[in-house]
Amino acid sequence: MNIYVLLKKTFDTEEKINIHDGKIDDDGAEFIINPYDEYAVEEAIKQRDEHGGEVTVVTIGDEDSEKQLRTALAMGADKAVLINTEDDLDEGDQYTTAKILEAFFEDKEVDLILAGNVAIDEASGQVGPRLAEALGIPYVTTITGLSIDGDQVSIEKDVEGDVEKIETTLPLLVTCQQGLNEPRYPSLPGIMKAKKKPLEELELDDLDLDEDDVEPKTKTIDVFLPPEKEAGRVLEGDLDDQVKELVSLLKNEKKVL
Amino acid sequence: MSKLLVIAEGRDGALRNVSFEAVAAAKKIDSEAEIVAVVLGKDQLEDQAKELIYHGADRAVTVGHEKLEHYTSEGYGQAVLAVINDESPDGIVMGHTSIGKDLTPKIAAKLDTGLVSDVIDIEINDGRLEFTRPIYSGKAFEKKIITDGLTFVTIRPNNIAALERDESRSGDITAKDVDVTDIRTIVKEVVRKASKGVDLSEARVVVAGGRGVKSAEGFDQLYELAELLGGAVGASRGACDAEYCDYSLQIGQTGKVVTPDLYIAVGISGAIQHLAGMSNSKVIVAINKDPEANIFNVADYGIVGDLFEVVPLLIEEIKAMKVEA
Repeated sequence: MNIYVLLKKTFDTEEKINIHDGKIDDDGAEFIINPYDEYAVEEAIKQRDEHGGEVTVVTIGDEDSEKQLRTALAMGADKAVLINTEDDLDEGDQYTTAKILEAFFEDKEVDLILAGNVAIDEASGQVGPRLAEALGIPYVTTITGLSIDGDQVSIEKDVEGDVEKIETTLPLLVTCQQGLNEPRYPSLPGIMKAKKKPLEELELDDLDLDEDDVEPKTKTIDVFLPPEKEAGRVLEGDLDDQVKELVSLLKNEKKVL
Repeated sequence: MSKLLVIAEGRDGALRNVSFEAVAAAKKIDSEAEIVAVVLGKDQLEDQAKELIYHGADRAVTVGHEKLEHYTSEGYGQAVLAVINDESPDGIVMGHTSIGKDLTPKIAAKLDTGLVSDVIDIEINDGRLEFTRPIYSGKAFEKKIITDGLTFVTIRPNNIAALERDESRSGDITAKDVDVTDIRTIVKEVVRKASKGVDLSEARVVVAGGRGVKSAEGFDQLYELAELLGGAVGASRGACDAEYCDYSLQIGQTGKVVTPDLYIAVGISGAIQHLAGMSNSKVIVAINKDPEANIFNVADYGIVGDLFEVVPLLIEEIKAMKVEA
Protein backbone atom coordinates (compact mmCIF):
# COMPACT_ATOMS: atom_id res chain seq x y z
CA MET A 1 0.00 0.00 0.00
CA ASN A 2 1.10 3.54 -0.71
CA ILE A 3 0.43 5.36 2.51
CA TYR A 4 0.98 9.09 2.96
CA VAL A 5 0.82 11.15 6.14
CA LEU A 6 0.23 14.91 6.16
CA LEU A 7 2.21 16.39 8.97
CA LYS A 8 2.50 19.86 10.47
CA LYS A 9 4.83 21.15 13.10
CA THR A 10 3.17 23.08 15.90
CA PHE A 11 4.13 24.77 19.14
CA ASP A 12 4.59 22.39 22.03
CA THR A 13 1.34 22.30 24.00
CA GLU A 14 3.30 23.52 27.06
CA GLU A 15 4.17 26.79 25.30
CA LYS A 16 2.66 30.08 26.39
CA ILE A 17 1.78 32.36 23.50
CA ASN A 18 3.54 35.71 23.22
CA ILE A 19 2.74 38.35 20.66
CA HIS A 20 5.29 40.68 19.14
CA ASP A 21 4.42 43.29 16.48
CA GLY A 22 1.00 41.78 15.89
CA LYS A 23 2.42 38.33 15.25
CA ILE A 24 2.91 35.20 17.34
CA ASP A 25 6.45 35.22 18.65
CA ASP A 26 8.10 31.86 17.99
CA ASP A 27 11.53 32.85 19.19
CA GLY A 28 12.91 30.04 21.30
CA ALA A 29 9.63 28.11 21.23
CA GLU A 30 9.72 24.32 21.24
CA PHE A 31 8.08 22.70 18.24
CA ILE A 32 6.56 19.26 18.06
CA ILE A 33 4.65 17.14 15.56
CA ASN A 34 1.04 18.31 15.81
CA PRO A 35 -0.37 15.81 18.37
CA TYR A 36 -3.20 14.70 16.05
CA ASP A 37 -0.68 14.10 13.25
CA GLU A 38 1.20 11.79 15.61
CA TYR A 39 -1.85 9.53 15.64
CA ALA A 40 -1.72 9.61 11.84
CA VAL A 41 1.96 8.62 11.77
CA GLU A 42 1.36 5.79 14.24
CA GLU A 43 -1.66 4.48 12.32
CA ALA A 44 0.22 4.64 9.02
CA ILE A 45 3.05 2.54 10.46
CA LYS A 46 0.61 0.00 11.91
CA GLN A 47 -1.29 -0.35 8.64
CA ARG A 48 1.95 -0.76 6.69
CA ASP A 49 3.20 -3.41 9.09
CA GLU A 50 -0.07 -5.29 8.60
CA HIS A 51 -0.54 -4.87 4.85
CA GLY A 52 2.92 -4.08 3.52
CA GLY A 53 3.90 -1.06 1.47
CA GLU A 54 5.50 2.21 2.30
CA VAL A 55 4.80 5.22 4.51
CA THR A 56 5.75 8.69 3.26
CA VAL A 57 5.36 11.69 5.55
CA VAL A 58 4.80 15.03 3.85
CA THR A 59 5.03 18.48 5.37
CA ILE A 60 4.87 22.03 4.13
CA GLY A 61 7.21 24.23 6.10
CA ASP A 62 10.71 25.60 6.38
CA GLU A 63 14.16 24.20 6.95
CA ASP A 64 13.43 23.58 10.62
CA SER A 65 10.58 21.22 9.71
CA GLU A 66 13.18 18.55 9.02
CA LYS A 67 13.30 17.87 12.75
CA GLN A 68 9.66 16.75 12.92
CA LEU A 69 10.05 14.72 9.72
CA ARG A 70 13.07 12.93 11.21
CA THR A 71 11.03 12.16 14.31
CA ALA A 72 8.34 10.57 12.14
CA LEU A 73 11.04 8.59 10.31
CA ALA A 74 12.43 7.50 13.66
CA MET A 75 8.97 6.28 14.66
CA GLY A 76 9.05 4.06 11.59
CA ALA A 77 7.97 5.98 8.48
CA ASP A 78 9.99 5.09 5.36
CA LYS A 79 10.38 8.35 3.49
CA ALA A 80 9.84 12.05 4.04
CA VAL A 81 9.07 15.00 1.81
CA LEU A 82 9.58 18.61 2.85
CA ILE A 83 7.87 21.15 0.66
CA ASN A 84 9.84 24.21 1.63
CA THR A 85 7.91 27.42 1.01
CA GLU A 86 10.11 29.68 3.09
CA ASP A 87 11.52 31.60 0.11
CA ASP A 88 8.34 31.61 -1.97
CA LEU A 89 5.44 32.43 0.32
CA ASP A 90 4.95 35.22 2.82
CA GLU A 91 1.58 34.00 3.89
CA GLY A 92 -0.92 31.33 3.10
CA ASP A 93 -4.15 29.88 4.32
CA GLN A 94 -5.84 26.49 4.13
CA TYR A 95 -6.63 27.14 0.48
CA THR A 96 -2.91 27.62 -0.16
CA THR A 97 -1.91 24.47 1.70
CA ALA A 98 -4.50 22.32 -0.04
CA LYS A 99 -3.48 23.66 -3.47
CA ILE A 100 0.18 22.82 -2.84
CA LEU A 101 -0.67 19.33 -1.64
CA GLU A 102 -2.97 18.80 -4.60
CA ALA A 103 -0.06 19.58 -6.94
CA PHE A 104 2.21 17.25 -4.97
CA PHE A 105 -0.24 14.34 -5.14
CA GLU A 106 -1.19 14.88 -8.79
CA ASP A 107 1.20 12.23 -10.14
CA LYS A 108 1.21 9.92 -7.09
CA GLU A 109 -0.42 6.54 -6.76
CA VAL A 110 -2.22 6.80 -3.45
CA ASP A 111 -4.06 4.18 -1.42
CA LEU A 112 -4.38 5.92 1.88
CA ILE A 113 -3.70 9.45 3.13
CA LEU A 114 -3.79 10.12 6.87
CA ALA A 115 -3.78 13.49 8.60
CA GLY A 116 -4.58 14.88 12.01
CA ASN A 117 -8.17 15.98 12.45
CA VAL A 118 -6.98 19.48 13.27
CA ALA A 119 -3.69 21.21 13.94
CA ILE A 120 -3.64 22.55 17.46
CA ASP A 121 -2.49 25.99 16.30
CA GLU A 122 -4.99 27.17 13.68
CA ALA A 123 -7.43 24.34 14.23
CA SER A 124 -9.49 24.77 11.11
CA GLY A 125 -9.46 21.10 10.07
CA GLN A 126 -9.89 22.15 6.44
CA VAL A 127 -6.85 20.78 4.67
CA GLY A 128 -7.71 17.05 4.75
CA PRO A 129 -11.23 17.34 3.30
CA ARG A 130 -10.12 20.01 0.81
CA LEU A 131 -7.36 17.76 -0.48
CA ALA A 132 -9.61 14.70 -0.73
CA GLU A 133 -12.14 16.71 -2.71
CA ALA A 134 -9.43 17.98 -5.03
CA LEU A 135 -8.12 14.45 -5.58
CA GLY A 136 -11.64 13.07 -6.04
CA ILE A 137 -11.32 10.49 -3.28
CA PRO A 138 -13.66 9.95 -0.32
CA TYR A 139 -12.70 11.08 3.16
CA VAL A 140 -13.73 10.41 6.73
CA THR A 141 -12.75 12.83 9.51
CA THR A 142 -12.15 12.26 13.25
CA ILE A 143 -11.64 8.50 13.04
CA THR A 144 -11.01 6.40 16.15
CA GLY A 145 -10.77 3.00 14.44
CA LEU A 146 -9.49 1.79 11.07
CA SER A 147 -9.38 -1.69 9.59
CA ILE A 148 -8.57 -2.50 6.00
CA ASP A 149 -9.34 -5.70 4.15
CA GLY A 150 -8.34 -5.59 0.48
CA ASP A 151 -10.07 -2.48 -0.85
CA GLN A 152 -12.72 -2.53 1.85
CA VAL A 153 -12.32 -0.20 4.80
CA SER A 154 -14.22 -0.24 8.10
CA ILE A 155 -13.99 2.90 10.17
CA GLU A 156 -15.13 4.09 13.55
CA LYS A 157 -15.72 7.82 13.55
CA ASP A 158 -16.13 10.02 16.61
CA VAL A 159 -19.14 12.30 16.24
CA GLU A 160 -19.19 14.48 19.31
CA GLY A 161 -18.95 11.44 21.54
CA ASP A 162 -21.12 9.06 19.54
CA VAL A 163 -19.47 6.46 17.32
CA GLU A 164 -20.42 6.02 13.68
CA LYS A 165 -19.46 2.76 12.01
CA ILE A 166 -18.65 3.51 8.41
CA GLU A 167 -17.86 1.29 5.44
CA THR A 168 -15.92 2.66 2.52
CA THR A 169 -13.18 1.80 0.04
CA LEU A 170 -9.63 2.69 -0.90
CA PRO A 171 -8.26 5.09 -2.05
CA LEU A 172 -9.25 7.16 0.91
CA LEU A 173 -8.25 10.09 3.10
CA VAL A 174 -8.86 9.97 6.85
CA THR A 175 -8.20 12.44 9.66
CA CYS A 176 -7.28 11.06 13.04
CA GLN A 177 -8.87 11.67 16.41
CA GLN A 178 -7.57 10.97 19.87
CA GLY A 179 -8.34 7.39 20.91
CA LEU A 180 -7.29 5.92 17.53
CA ASN A 181 -4.00 4.57 18.91
CA GLU A 182 -1.16 5.28 21.28
CA PRO A 183 1.71 6.86 19.31
CA ARG A 184 5.05 5.16 19.96
CA TYR A 185 8.17 6.96 21.07
CA PRO A 186 11.04 6.73 18.62
CA SER A 187 13.52 4.05 19.73
CA LEU A 188 17.25 4.69 19.78
CA PRO A 189 17.90 2.37 16.81
CA GLY A 190 14.93 4.07 15.12
CA ILE A 191 16.56 7.46 15.59
CA MET A 192 19.85 6.17 14.17
CA LYS A 193 18.12 4.64 11.15
CA ALA A 194 16.08 7.79 10.55
CA LYS A 195 19.21 9.78 9.81
CA LYS A 196 19.78 7.67 6.71
CA LYS A 197 16.22 7.49 5.44
CA PRO A 198 15.40 9.50 2.31
CA LEU A 199 14.18 13.05 2.83
CA GLU A 200 13.29 14.86 -0.34
CA GLU A 201 13.10 18.63 -0.37
CA LEU A 202 10.86 20.40 -2.89
CA GLU A 203 9.97 23.99 -3.64
CA LEU A 204 6.91 25.40 -5.40
CA ASP A 205 8.86 25.42 -8.67
CA ASP A 206 9.30 21.67 -8.50
CA LEU A 207 5.53 21.32 -8.33
CA ASP A 208 5.03 23.64 -11.30
CA LEU A 209 3.38 26.17 -9.06
CA ASP A 210 4.04 29.83 -8.65
CA GLU A 211 2.94 32.16 -5.92
CA ASP A 212 -0.17 33.34 -7.79
CA ASP A 213 -1.52 29.79 -8.11
CA VAL A 214 -1.73 29.43 -4.37
CA GLU A 215 -2.61 32.98 -3.33
CA PRO A 216 -4.63 32.79 -0.10
CA LYS A 217 -8.32 33.70 -0.05
CA THR A 218 -8.23 34.95 3.52
CA LYS A 219 -5.85 37.08 5.52
CA THR A 220 -5.04 37.48 9.19
CA ILE A 221 -5.07 41.17 10.09
CA ASP A 222 -4.56 40.96 13.84
CA VAL A 223 -3.51 38.55 16.55
CA PHE A 224 -4.21 39.22 20.21
CA LEU A 225 -4.26 37.56 23.59
CA PRO A 226 -7.42 37.00 25.63
CA PRO A 227 -8.01 39.62 28.31
CA GLU A 228 -5.97 38.87 31.41
CA LYS A 229 -8.25 37.10 33.82
CA GLU A 230 -8.28 38.61 37.28
CA ALA A 231 -7.74 36.09 40.02
CA GLY A 232 -11.11 35.29 41.49
CA ARG A 233 -12.31 34.86 45.00
CA VAL A 234 -11.53 31.85 47.11
CA LEU A 235 -14.49 31.49 49.45
CA GLU A 236 -14.02 31.11 53.18
CA GLY A 237 -15.81 29.71 56.20
CA ASP A 238 -17.55 26.38 56.81
CA LEU A 239 -17.89 24.27 53.70
CA ASP A 240 -21.63 24.40 54.15
CA ASP A 241 -21.63 28.20 54.14
CA GLN A 242 -19.20 28.35 51.24
CA VAL A 243 -21.49 26.24 49.10
CA LYS A 244 -24.50 28.40 50.05
CA GLU A 245 -22.55 31.54 49.20
CA LEU A 246 -21.39 30.05 45.90
CA VAL A 247 -24.91 29.19 44.78
CA SER A 248 -26.13 32.62 45.78
CA LEU A 249 -23.29 34.33 43.87
CA LEU A 250 -23.90 32.26 40.76
CA LYS A 251 -27.61 32.90 40.91
CA ASN A 252 -27.83 36.53 41.94
CA GLU A 253 -24.54 38.12 40.94
CA LYS A 254 -23.54 36.23 37.79
CA LYS A 255 -27.04 35.08 36.87
CA VAL A 256 -25.89 31.80 35.43
CA LEU A 257 -28.17 29.48 37.42
CA MET B 1 -28.98 43.20 -1.75
CA SER B 2 -26.80 40.27 -0.91
CA LYS B 3 -27.99 36.75 -0.39
CA LEU B 4 -26.65 34.51 2.37
CA LEU B 5 -27.24 30.80 2.79
CA VAL B 6 -27.48 29.28 6.23
CA ILE B 7 -26.96 25.53 6.27
CA ALA B 8 -29.00 24.21 9.18
CA GLU B 9 -28.24 21.09 11.10
CA GLY B 10 -30.48 18.76 13.04
CA ARG B 11 -29.84 16.21 15.70
CA ASP B 12 -32.38 13.57 16.65
CA GLY B 13 -35.04 15.21 14.53
CA ALA B 14 -34.74 18.69 16.05
CA LEU B 15 -32.66 21.62 14.88
CA ARG B 16 -29.54 22.36 16.83
CA ASN B 17 -29.42 25.75 18.44
CA VAL B 18 -26.28 26.61 16.48
CA SER B 19 -28.44 26.71 13.34
CA PHE B 20 -30.36 29.65 14.80
CA GLU B 21 -27.09 31.23 15.84
CA ALA B 22 -25.95 30.87 12.22
CA VAL B 23 -28.98 32.86 11.10
CA ALA B 24 -28.02 35.58 13.58
CA ALA B 25 -24.44 35.45 12.28
CA ALA B 26 -25.69 35.95 8.73
CA LYS B 27 -27.56 39.06 9.93
CA LYS B 28 -24.30 40.33 11.42
CA ILE B 29 -22.54 39.82 8.09
CA ASP B 30 -25.20 41.87 6.31
CA SER B 31 -28.25 43.13 8.18
CA GLU B 32 -29.96 43.80 4.82
CA ALA B 33 -29.24 40.41 3.28
CA GLU B 34 -31.85 37.95 2.17
CA ILE B 35 -31.22 34.93 4.38
CA VAL B 36 -32.06 31.56 2.90
CA ALA B 37 -32.00 28.61 5.27
CA VAL B 38 -31.16 25.17 3.88
CA VAL B 39 -32.63 22.16 5.67
CA LEU B 40 -31.46 18.66 4.84
CA GLY B 41 -32.73 15.29 5.97
CA LYS B 42 -34.88 12.32 5.12
CA ASP B 43 -38.33 13.85 5.33
CA GLN B 44 -40.65 16.06 7.40
CA LEU B 45 -38.40 19.08 7.12
CA GLU B 46 -41.16 21.67 6.92
CA ASP B 47 -41.33 22.29 10.67
CA GLN B 48 -37.59 22.83 10.88
CA ALA B 49 -37.78 25.26 7.97
CA LYS B 50 -40.54 27.20 9.78
CA GLU B 51 -38.47 27.38 12.96
CA LEU B 52 -35.58 28.89 11.01
CA ILE B 53 -37.90 31.51 9.58
CA TYR B 54 -39.24 32.28 13.09
CA HIS B 55 -35.61 32.83 14.07
CA GLY B 56 -34.85 35.31 11.31
CA ALA B 57 -34.45 33.49 7.98
CA ASP B 58 -36.40 35.07 5.11
CA ARG B 59 -37.16 31.83 3.35
CA ALA B 60 -36.06 28.20 3.35
CA VAL B 61 -35.14 25.46 0.92
CA THR B 62 -35.60 21.87 2.02
CA VAL B 63 -33.91 18.86 0.47
CA GLY B 64 -35.45 15.56 1.56
CA HIS B 65 -33.92 12.28 0.48
CA GLU B 66 -33.61 8.91 2.18
CA LYS B 67 -29.85 9.06 1.63
CA LEU B 68 -29.74 12.23 3.71
CA GLU B 69 -31.06 10.50 6.83
CA HIS B 70 -27.49 10.13 8.09
CA TYR B 71 -24.91 12.76 7.37
CA THR B 72 -22.27 11.83 4.82
CA SER B 73 -20.01 14.44 3.26
CA GLU B 74 -20.95 13.17 -0.19
CA GLY B 75 -24.72 13.13 0.31
CA TYR B 76 -24.91 16.48 2.06
CA GLY B 77 -22.28 17.87 -0.32
CA GLN B 78 -24.37 17.05 -3.38
CA ALA B 79 -27.52 18.50 -1.83
CA VAL B 80 -25.87 21.72 -0.66
CA LEU B 81 -24.02 22.24 -3.93
CA ALA B 82 -27.28 21.83 -5.84
CA VAL B 83 -28.87 24.56 -3.71
CA ILE B 84 -25.80 26.80 -4.10
CA ASN B 85 -26.06 26.29 -7.83
CA ASP B 86 -29.69 27.48 -7.82
CA GLU B 87 -29.23 30.36 -5.45
CA SER B 88 -25.76 31.75 -6.29
CA PRO B 89 -25.32 33.16 -2.78
CA ASP B 90 -22.81 35.83 -1.77
CA GLY B 91 -22.03 33.98 1.43
CA ILE B 92 -22.59 30.79 3.41
CA VAL B 93 -22.80 30.30 7.18
CA MET B 94 -22.86 27.01 9.06
CA GLY B 95 -22.20 25.84 12.62
CA HIS B 96 -18.69 24.72 13.49
CA THR B 97 -19.91 21.32 14.62
CA SER B 98 -18.85 17.82 13.76
CA ILE B 99 -20.90 18.05 10.55
CA GLY B 100 -19.98 21.65 9.77
CA LYS B 101 -16.27 20.94 10.14
CA ASP B 102 -16.54 17.91 7.88
CA LEU B 103 -18.74 19.40 5.16
CA THR B 104 -17.65 23.02 4.67
CA PRO B 105 -14.03 22.40 3.51
CA LYS B 106 -15.38 20.06 0.82
CA ILE B 107 -17.74 22.75 -0.42
CA ALA B 108 -15.03 25.40 -0.23
CA ALA B 109 -12.71 23.19 -2.29
CA LYS B 110 -15.45 22.51 -4.83
CA LEU B 111 -16.18 26.24 -5.16
CA ASP B 112 -12.45 27.05 -5.12
CA THR B 113 -13.00 29.54 -2.34
CA GLY B 114 -11.74 30.49 1.10
CA LEU B 115 -13.33 29.52 4.38
CA VAL B 116 -12.95 31.02 7.84
CA SER B 117 -13.66 28.30 10.40
CA ASP B 118 -14.70 28.49 14.04
CA VAL B 119 -15.70 32.14 14.17
CA ILE B 120 -16.74 33.56 17.55
CA ASP B 121 -17.39 37.17 16.58
CA ILE B 122 -18.24 39.16 13.47
CA GLU B 123 -17.64 42.90 13.18
CA ILE B 124 -17.76 45.45 10.43
CA ASN B 125 -14.98 48.04 10.69
CA ASP B 126 -14.76 50.76 8.03
CA GLY B 127 -17.04 48.71 5.83
CA ARG B 128 -14.81 45.68 6.11
CA LEU B 129 -16.01 42.37 7.57
CA GLU B 130 -13.72 41.04 10.27
CA PHE B 131 -14.00 37.58 11.78
CA THR B 132 -12.53 36.72 15.16
CA ARG B 133 -11.50 33.14 15.84
CA PRO B 134 -9.51 31.40 18.56
CA ILE B 135 -6.08 30.00 17.76
CA TYR B 136 -3.89 27.76 19.89
CA SER B 137 -7.12 26.47 21.46
CA GLY B 138 -7.99 29.87 22.86
CA LYS B 139 -4.54 30.83 24.12
CA ALA B 140 -4.82 33.63 21.54
CA PHE B 141 -7.24 35.03 18.95
CA GLU B 142 -6.90 36.19 15.38
CA LYS B 143 -8.97 38.50 13.22
CA LYS B 144 -9.37 37.42 9.64
CA ILE B 145 -10.75 39.01 6.53
CA ILE B 146 -11.79 37.37 3.30
CA THR B 147 -9.78 38.77 0.41
CA ASP B 148 -11.33 36.91 -2.50
CA GLY B 149 -14.57 35.11 -3.27
CA LEU B 150 -17.49 34.04 -1.10
CA THR B 151 -18.02 35.07 2.49
CA PHE B 152 -17.89 31.53 3.84
CA VAL B 153 -17.68 30.94 7.58
CA THR B 154 -18.47 28.40 10.26
CA ILE B 155 -19.40 29.71 13.70
CA ARG B 156 -18.60 28.21 17.05
CA PRO B 157 -21.71 27.23 19.04
CA ASN B 158 -22.62 29.39 22.04
CA ASN B 159 -20.85 32.59 20.98
CA ILE B 160 -23.22 34.49 18.70
CA ALA B 161 -26.66 34.82 20.27
CA ALA B 162 -29.63 33.56 18.28
CA LEU B 163 -32.39 36.07 17.51
CA GLU B 164 -35.60 36.00 19.47
CA ARG B 165 -38.13 33.50 18.14
CA ASP B 166 -41.01 35.29 16.46
CA GLU B 167 -43.90 33.13 15.34
CA SER B 168 -45.45 35.96 13.36
CA ARG B 169 -42.65 35.76 10.81
CA SER B 170 -43.36 33.95 7.57
CA GLY B 171 -41.53 33.10 4.39
CA ASP B 172 -41.52 30.80 1.40
CA ILE B 173 -40.52 27.20 1.93
CA THR B 174 -39.54 25.36 -1.22
CA ALA B 175 -38.75 21.68 -1.48
CA LYS B 176 -35.94 20.89 -3.87
CA ASP B 177 -35.40 17.52 -5.45
CA VAL B 178 -31.79 16.46 -5.57
CA ASP B 179 -30.64 13.18 -7.02
CA VAL B 180 -28.26 11.92 -4.35
CA THR B 181 -26.03 9.28 -5.91
CA ASP B 182 -22.67 7.56 -5.66
CA ILE B 183 -22.14 7.66 -1.94
CA ARG B 184 -18.85 5.94 -1.22
CA THR B 185 -18.93 6.26 2.56
CA ILE B 186 -21.83 4.34 4.10
CA VAL B 187 -22.85 4.80 7.73
CA LYS B 188 -23.74 1.31 8.93
CA GLU B 189 -24.50 2.03 12.54
CA VAL B 190 -24.44 4.80 15.10
CA VAL B 191 -23.45 3.80 18.60
CA ARG B 192 -24.78 6.29 21.13
CA LYS B 193 -22.25 7.00 23.80
CA ALA B 194 -22.82 10.69 24.35
CA SER B 195 -26.54 10.41 25.06
CA LYS B 196 -26.02 11.19 28.74
CA GLY B 197 -27.35 14.72 28.76
CA VAL B 198 -26.51 17.70 26.61
CA ASP B 199 -23.88 18.00 23.88
CA LEU B 200 -20.63 19.28 25.36
CA SER B 201 -19.88 21.91 22.72
CA GLU B 202 -23.32 23.51 23.00
CA ALA B 203 -23.84 23.14 26.75
CA ARG B 204 -24.54 26.29 28.79
CA VAL B 205 -23.13 24.59 31.87
CA VAL B 206 -20.17 22.21 31.95
CA VAL B 207 -19.20 20.18 35.02
CA ALA B 208 -15.71 18.83 34.44
CA GLY B 209 -13.78 16.31 36.50
CA GLY B 210 -10.07 15.63 36.80
CA ARG B 211 -7.82 13.06 38.37
CA GLY B 212 -9.09 14.18 41.78
CA VAL B 213 -12.41 12.47 41.03
CA LYS B 214 -10.47 9.21 41.46
CA SER B 215 -12.71 6.76 39.58
CA ALA B 216 -15.37 6.29 36.94
CA GLU B 217 -17.89 5.93 39.79
CA GLY B 218 -16.69 9.28 41.13
CA PHE B 219 -18.02 10.82 37.92
CA ASP B 220 -21.58 9.76 38.79
CA GLN B 221 -22.01 12.74 41.11
CA LEU B 222 -20.75 15.04 38.33
CA TYR B 223 -23.41 13.63 36.02
CA GLU B 224 -25.99 14.25 38.71
CA LEU B 225 -24.86 17.85 39.13
CA ALA B 226 -24.71 18.44 35.37
CA GLU B 227 -28.17 17.02 34.86
CA LEU B 228 -29.54 19.20 37.62
CA LEU B 229 -28.11 22.25 35.87
CA GLY B 230 -29.12 21.14 32.38
CA GLY B 231 -25.46 20.86 31.47
CA ALA B 232 -22.89 18.40 30.21
CA VAL B 233 -19.98 16.57 31.78
CA GLY B 234 -16.40 17.10 30.61
CA ALA B 235 -13.02 15.92 31.82
CA SER B 236 -9.34 16.72 31.95
CA ARG B 237 -6.83 14.66 30.01
CA GLY B 238 -5.68 13.12 33.29
CA ALA B 239 -9.14 11.74 33.98
CA CYS B 240 -9.40 10.35 30.44
CA ASP B 241 -5.92 8.79 30.55
CA ALA B 242 -6.87 7.15 33.85
CA GLU B 243 -9.97 5.76 32.08
CA TYR B 244 -12.48 7.43 34.38
CA CYS B 245 -14.29 8.51 31.23
CA ASP B 246 -14.22 8.50 27.46
CA TYR B 247 -11.80 10.67 25.45
CA SER B 248 -14.77 12.30 23.77
CA LEU B 249 -15.28 14.22 27.03
CA GLN B 250 -11.77 15.63 27.11
CA ILE B 251 -11.48 19.40 27.30
CA GLY B 252 -8.21 21.07 26.47
CA GLN B 253 -5.70 21.72 23.76
CA THR B 254 -6.02 18.16 22.52
CA GLY B 255 -9.73 17.70 22.99
CA LYS B 256 -12.67 20.05 22.98
CA VAL B 257 -12.63 23.77 23.53
CA VAL B 258 -15.71 24.95 25.38
CA THR B 259 -17.08 28.38 26.28
CA PRO B 260 -20.14 27.77 28.45
CA ASP B 261 -21.78 30.34 30.72
CA LEU B 262 -20.71 28.31 33.73
CA TYR B 263 -17.76 25.94 34.03
CA ILE B 264 -17.36 23.97 37.23
CA ALA B 265 -13.91 22.37 37.50
CA VAL B 266 -13.91 19.56 40.02
CA GLY B 267 -10.63 18.01 41.14
CA ILE B 268 -8.79 19.56 38.17
CA SER B 269 -5.35 21.03 38.83
CA GLY B 270 -5.38 23.28 35.78
CA ALA B 271 -2.52 22.34 33.44
CA ILE B 272 -1.92 24.92 30.71
CA GLN B 273 -3.32 22.52 28.09
CA HIS B 274 -6.57 22.18 30.02
CA LEU B 275 -6.87 25.92 30.63
CA ALA B 276 -6.59 26.49 26.87
CA GLY B 277 -9.81 24.52 26.44
CA MET B 278 -11.96 26.29 29.02
CA SER B 279 -10.51 29.57 30.24
CA ASN B 280 -12.77 31.63 27.96
CA SER B 281 -15.85 30.33 29.76
CA LYS B 282 -17.95 33.15 31.16
CA VAL B 283 -17.94 32.10 34.82
CA ILE B 284 -15.52 29.54 36.22
CA VAL B 285 -15.85 27.74 39.55
CA ALA B 286 -13.01 25.62 40.88
CA ILE B 287 -13.32 22.97 43.56
CA ASN B 288 -9.99 21.51 44.62
CA LYS B 289 -8.40 20.47 47.88
CA ASP B 290 -5.01 21.93 46.89
CA PRO B 291 -5.11 25.70 47.51
CA GLU B 292 -2.07 26.11 45.24
CA ALA B 293 -3.79 24.46 42.25
CA ASN B 294 -3.35 26.49 39.07
CA ILE B 295 -7.07 26.29 38.31
CA PHE B 296 -7.74 28.90 41.03
CA ASN B 297 -5.83 31.44 38.93
CA VAL B 298 -8.54 31.44 36.27
CA ALA B 299 -11.54 30.78 38.53
CA ASP B 300 -14.06 33.45 39.43
CA TYR B 301 -14.93 31.53 42.56
CA GLY B 302 -12.96 28.85 44.32
CA ILE B 303 -13.73 26.41 47.08
CA VAL B 304 -10.75 24.76 48.72
CA GLY B 305 -12.01 21.46 49.99
CA ASP B 306 -12.62 17.78 49.42
CA LEU B 307 -14.74 17.43 46.31
CA PHE B 308 -16.44 14.37 47.77
CA GLU B 309 -17.86 16.65 50.47
CA VAL B 310 -18.38 19.78 48.38
CA VAL B 311 -20.18 18.29 45.36
CA PRO B 312 -22.96 16.56 47.39
CA LEU B 313 -23.48 19.80 49.34
CA LEU B 314 -23.67 21.72 46.07
CA ILE B 315 -26.22 19.27 44.67
CA GLU B 316 -28.38 19.67 47.80
CA GLU B 317 -28.14 23.44 47.72
CA ILE B 318 -29.12 23.66 44.06
CA LYS B 319 -32.02 21.28 44.64
CA ALA B 320 -33.16 23.51 47.50
CA MET B 321 -32.85 26.57 45.27
CA LYS B 322 -34.99 24.89 42.62
CA VAL B 323 -37.67 24.01 45.15
CA GLU B 324 -37.79 27.65 46.29
CA ALA B 325 -38.13 28.81 42.71
